[in-house]
Amino acid sequence: MTLRSLFIPITLLLVIAFLIGPFLIIVAASFSAGETLAFPPQGFSLRWIAKVFTVESFRASFGMSLFLAIGGTAVALVLGIPASYALSRYKLPGAEIVRTIVSAPIIVPGIIVGLALLRYIVVPFQVGITLALFLAHTALVLPYAVRVVSASLDNLRSDIEEAAVLLGSSRIGAFFRVVMPNIRGGIMSAFILGFVTSFNQVPVSLFLSGPGVRTLPVDMIAYMEIVFDPSVAALSSLLAFLSIGIVFIAERFLGFSRYV
Amino acid sequence: MSDASYLSLEKLTLAYGDSVAVANLDLDIRKGELIALLGPSGCGKTTTMRAIAGLLAVKSGHVRLDGADITRVPANKRAVGLMFQSYALFPHLSVYENVAFGLKLKGMRGTELDTKVQSGLKSVGLSAFANRKPAELSGGQQQRVALARSMVMEPKVLLLDEPLSNLDARLRLEMRTELQRVQKETGVTMIFVTHDQAEALALADRIVVMKSGKIEQIGSPEDIYNRPTSSFVADFVGFENIFPLENGKMKTSAGLIDLSGKAPSAAGLAWRPRMVTLGTGPFQGTVRGTSFAGDAREYLLDTSFGPIKAEVEASQPTHALGAGLTFDLPAEKAAPLSRFV
Ligand SMILES: Nc1ncnc2c1ncn2[C@@H]1O[C@H](COP(=O)(O)OP(=O)(O)OP(=O)(O)O)[C@@H](O)[C@H]1O
Ligand SMILES: [Mg+2]
Repeated sequence: MTLRSLFIPITLLLVIAFLIGPFLIIVAASFSAGETLAFPPQGFSLRWIAKVFTVESFRASFGMSLFLAIGGTAVALVLGIPASYALSRYKLPGAEIVRTIVSAPIIVPGIIVGLALLRYIVVPFQVGITLALFLAHTALVLPYAVRVVSASLDNLRSDIEEAAVLLGSSRIGAFFRVVMPNIRGGIMSAFILGFVTSFNQVPVSLFLSGPGVRTLPVDMIAYMEIVFDPSVAALSSLLAFLSIGIVFIAERFLGFSRYV
Repeated sequence: MSDASYLSLEKLTLAYGDSVAVANLDLDIRKGELIALLGPSGCGKTTTMRAIAGLLAVKSGHVRLDGADITRVPANKRAVGLMFQSYALFPHLSVYENVAFGLKLKGMRGTELDTKVQSGLKSVGLSAFANRKPAELSGGQQQRVALARSMVMEPKVLLLDEPLSNLDARLRLEMRTELQRVQKETGVTMIFVTHDQAEALALADRIVVMKSGKIEQIGSPEDIYNRPTSSFVADFVGFENIFPLENGKMKTSAGLIDLSGKAPSAAGLAWRPRMVTLGTGPFQGTVRGTSFAGDAREYLLDTSFGPIKAEVEASQPTHALGAGLTFDLPAEKAAPLSRFV
């Protein structure tokens, strides 16, 4: 074997190690029996995993994150599905520009979005913290919703709607009778992607969180600033496995990767 | 409403934005008639069908059906069926549910619905496939589902946009017969679009030949095949030797040429390759190409006034490439054209 032929496998291994390594370290650290977050872990125990469930603020912030992820994604879909439909079915002037603008938050760093929301929406309009977070998460998820739903709409021939109309359906009826059922997989995928994105979102939430109202990731950062025990690692592992589980199920039943 | 105008298009003009696709089209269709819309790509066949179905807004003019002006009636209230070239079956519904779709929207339920759907499926021979999804059917079967789905609605007019073009030759013949049978049994008025003149000739009661958004000629298959009235239609149905006339003489690149026999007063004359006499006649040509077509042999002749295509029975003696030949374009055999474009 030459050095040349080894180059690609070695690079691949390094990349995988780089991506998965930190995750493995954190998982290992969560089973530590020691008092502080450390690697390699000292001994083996489930005490930190158990502790996660007893921390009051984690429970509250987990609830908040869940609410934002589910509610925000749902609202983003309610807005995003009609928007995607209009973008894909009508040759609107400037549809490409709208597509670009709608997906802008994917490109723009979260910090900037958070700051902008805080500075120009939350402060001047005196928006409550929960509402602000909700709006921010909706706005963040919207691009993903539009993108994924658009992809599945583009794969669906538009003549089936005309066929439905000629069989007696109204235009709107045709949308619900033949379009929605055929993009269900795309909508579910958008929901899952939106959920995971919202749930893992840090920078925007960091700006908008206030006293007593925090998302889980922000709460974890706050917790770590005070207590440096392995429970944060334990919680991270739990969340990671939750995400992997969701994506695995989604891929299995929906062919998730077709849309993302 | 007279019998001759069950469906009539009156001065129908259709446009996409500012570009007019169909201009001032007049067409009257009898009840139960099978009409073929024939014409080259882009001539406005699909556009016309979509306007009849109500999927495209009419710019000016009227569409009348069964005595009522339906120009402004929305597509879902017209009782016009349309079969799409792509079939447009609902992928998430079974064959049964596809056929039941329109009936359910009409409010039909229970045994009445079931009877109707079952008989629709039976009429196209798909009873055994009721529970399949469209993706699990062959192209021909999908087509038949689409036909059943339209027909159970008992439309006043059934439009078919190139219904056979996605099928292979054998299936095409089978579906052609199927369409004819369904039309005979139900007496539904049908308009179908095709590129294929053989299909139009075989199926239609009348053929409408379109060109650039206008009707070139309407007539029976015999009319269109034997008596084209314009050079465009003549060319379309296989008259390969077409010349304009001037004072009874054939106008060619080599000047005015006298014809044998008396030329009718027409704008032009057209001959099928079969109509050209080879071996005798006043004209001289050189064999430029020859090809064997089973029961016939085709020759391409170089002449002083351009290429001429001739066809003779294969049993006739053959002529070698480069051989000189006399031939004739008999005026009395030619189709007289009233319009030369
Ligand atoms: N959606 C559209 N927007 C703009 N112009 C269109 C549209 N659809 C068709 N046209 C134009 O209208 C004219 C007629 O098109 P049409 O589709 O009716 O032709 P056709 O006879 O059905 O052709 P084909 O045999 O290729 O299907 C063409 O010049 C075409 O470019
Ligand atoms: Mg067409």
